[in-house]
Amino acid sequence: MNDNMIGARALMLALEKEGVKEVFGLPGGANLPMYDELYKSNIRHILVRHEQSAAHMADGFGRVSRKPGVCFATSGPGATNLLTGIATAQADSAPMVAVTGQVPVKMIGKDAFQESDIIGMANPAVKYSYQPRTPEEIPEIVKQGFYIAETGRPGPVLLDIPKDVQQNEGKFTFPDEVRIPGYHPWTDPDIPSIEKAIQLLLTSEKPMILAGGGVIISSAFAELQSIAEMLMIPVVTTFKGKGAFPENHPLSLGPIGMHGHAEANKLMTEADCVLAIGTRFSDRSVGTFEEFERNLKIIHMDVDPAEIGKNQTTSVAVVGDVQASLRIMVKMLLSKAMKKSDDNPWSKHVNEVKQYWRENLKLHPGEMGAAKILRKLREVLPKESIVTTEVGQHQMWASLFYDVIQPGTFFSSTGLGTMGWGFPAAIGAKAARPDVPVVDIAGDGSFNMTENSLATSVLEDLPVIVFLINNFSLGMVAQWQRTFYDKRMIGIDLKNCPDYVKLAESYGAQGIRAQSMEELEKAIKSGLNSDVATVIDIPIDPNEDVLPFVAPGTSLKEMILPS
Amino acid sequence: MWAILSIKVENKPGILFKVTHLFRSRNFNIDSISVGVTQDPKFSRMTVTTIGDEKQIAQIVKQLDKMIDTIEVHRLDENNTVYRELVMFKIKVSKPEDSMEINKLASAYDAKIHDAKKESIMVEMTSTPHQIAAFEELAKKFGILEMARTGITALQRSKH
Repeated sequence: MNDNMIGARALMLALEKEGVKEVFGLPGGANLPMYDELYKSNIRHILVRHEQSAAHMADGFGRVSRKPGVCFATSGPGATNLLTGIATAQADSAPMVAVTGQVPVKMIGKDAFQESDIIGMANPAVKYSYQPRTPEEIPEIVKQGFYIAETGRPGPVLLDIPKDVQQNEGKFTFPDEVRIPGYHPWTDPDIPSIEKAIQLLLTSEKPMILAGGGVIISSAFAELQSIAEMLMIPVVTTFKGKGAFPENHPLSLGPIGMHGHAEANKLMTEADCVLAIGTRFSDRSVGTFEEFERNLKIIHMDVDPAEIGKNQTTSVAVVGDVQASLRIMVKMLLSKAMKKSDDNPWSKHVNEVKQYWRENLKLHPGEMGAAKILRKLREVLPKESIVTTEVGQHQMWASLFYDVIQPGTFFSSTGLGTMGWGFPAAIGAKAARPDVPVVDIAGDGSFNMTENSLATSVLEDLPVIVFLINNFSLGMVAQWQRTFYDKRMIGIDLKNCPDYVKLAESYGAQGIRAQSMEELEKAIKSGLNSDVATVIDIPIDPNEDVLPFVAPGTSLKEMILPS
Repeated sequence: MWAILSIKVENKPGILFKVTHLFRSRNFNIDSISVGVTQDPKFSRMTVTTIGDEKQIAQIVKQLDKMIDTIEVHRLDENNTVYRELVMFKIKVSKPEDSMEINKLASAYDAKIHDAKKESIMVEMTSTPHQIAAFEELAKKFGILEMARTGITALQRSKH
């Protein structure tokens, strides 16, 4: 194509060429030319009420569809409002393309109205960023931006486009390929390293698989399951990797970490060899780095070479897309007709420990205890439903008590821990997968942060369920104050304000209060059949803690258990 | 431990910012940095000296390598690398004999004299940080009024 047109038009054509069907955004002075061309394009605009939500929606869209979600914001505060959402996507390796308006090129650096140096501010929070100075650059930076956002270890890319670059005419060429000399997103996995990894796994007495978010990003579910089953190795996950492996599988032990399953934490500390796949060994997952790697041989598979050895010392490293690496491993095991039985002391021990904790973990005695309501949600929700969470106690209860059965259906802000992420991310997920139910497991404090996305959900016909576990407080902070600050409670009391049923109704959504298991089941079913968003307000005991709990700066061995 | 990193980058605006920002955000130190265009104007070369333990240096190389704007990142082998730094001193001349002695010192270190005035002499020297430190120590007895240095630049020796 070689046409004269304005930059904003070229932007829309380039986005369409990338297959973009919807953008989440909010217009303002510096991106009006873009919006004028958006009006003329086939791309759907989903209007948000705050730019942070636009970024989270794009993030949720991207994690579910594995294609970059796109968000639009104007310059200045529009762009800075996106920033939390961009940083969230970066921390969790989610593909995203954020497009901001900028003041005209001549005004940059003059402290113009609604000018912010978003390129500078966003630098550590993006995978890459561009600020074109001429309209002709736009098709290429869009092509490159999408390529960078979705390949290798995915992440957010920022396109900051000055208003005059949007408005001015140019003659455009739309490239079909990209060439970025310093970017090599994938390396071919090293075969001898995979052989070594197999040897190590076969010769170890107490092997474990630790699956991280990378397994979900690269959809390596089948490969992971084959390896676990062929070698009869139990599987723990990180929190980000929750649902990389079906949690009702006999070999599944669930997530490890600060609020990991007791059996997962305990057995992880007993293992002598771990196959760690697509994980960055976050402190929240492994506790103290030194203690974690003591007596443990680590095989680390990751797409990002900079993660190898960053937090842990590895015995064998396999750099490459984890699905590709695992496929090779499966083939090698098949060719060697390698199959182990579970008739060995480690497997027996693992099963005993798992059994013990499944039966003996003390749960809240009340009817509406966290475990009970989340197990009820699991029971009623179809297995293909997508679940997002906010950040706080409800999130950790979801980790503990909501079992993911179909891999890749659970998403959370695990790295940055952004309160307010879950609801807009659920709306973005619904835009990507309108065919399945989407539920945001929420807490009241987090929901407060982006609850105005109810307007978007209702008006844009993206109905999701907000499963609001309401303890009238910033519960996780309250738990830390109870545990580490001698019950000096400050800044945590939310006093059941607003009334969430009325709030939902005022937006035209459905609001239901569930105070018994029976009401809860009815409410979930009603939400599943509703054409509009449903907020289920579930009041619980504000004193319920999330347990087990590995205190920050300690090892997985030092779990605080329910007394 | 001290390490010299040679980083070939795309010659585009904003890249120096990104490289230095990476050092800051990952909690690494820059001891010195020098930047200039290469024989191919599409690329620049940055030479960074940094201090850290073996693990930290390996990690910063990986993080730099991961940056999209970096084309090549090498940790130079100090024993097989020619590295130099340019430094300029303005040295105080308190009495007439100083002038002569500063001249002698400069010539012993292969340094050039510029702008010899009654009260100060400017000296330019291109050498290793070690030699520069030695010269600086000796110049201190006259009094160093001002000092500016470029940071190290370096190339590894060829094998053949």
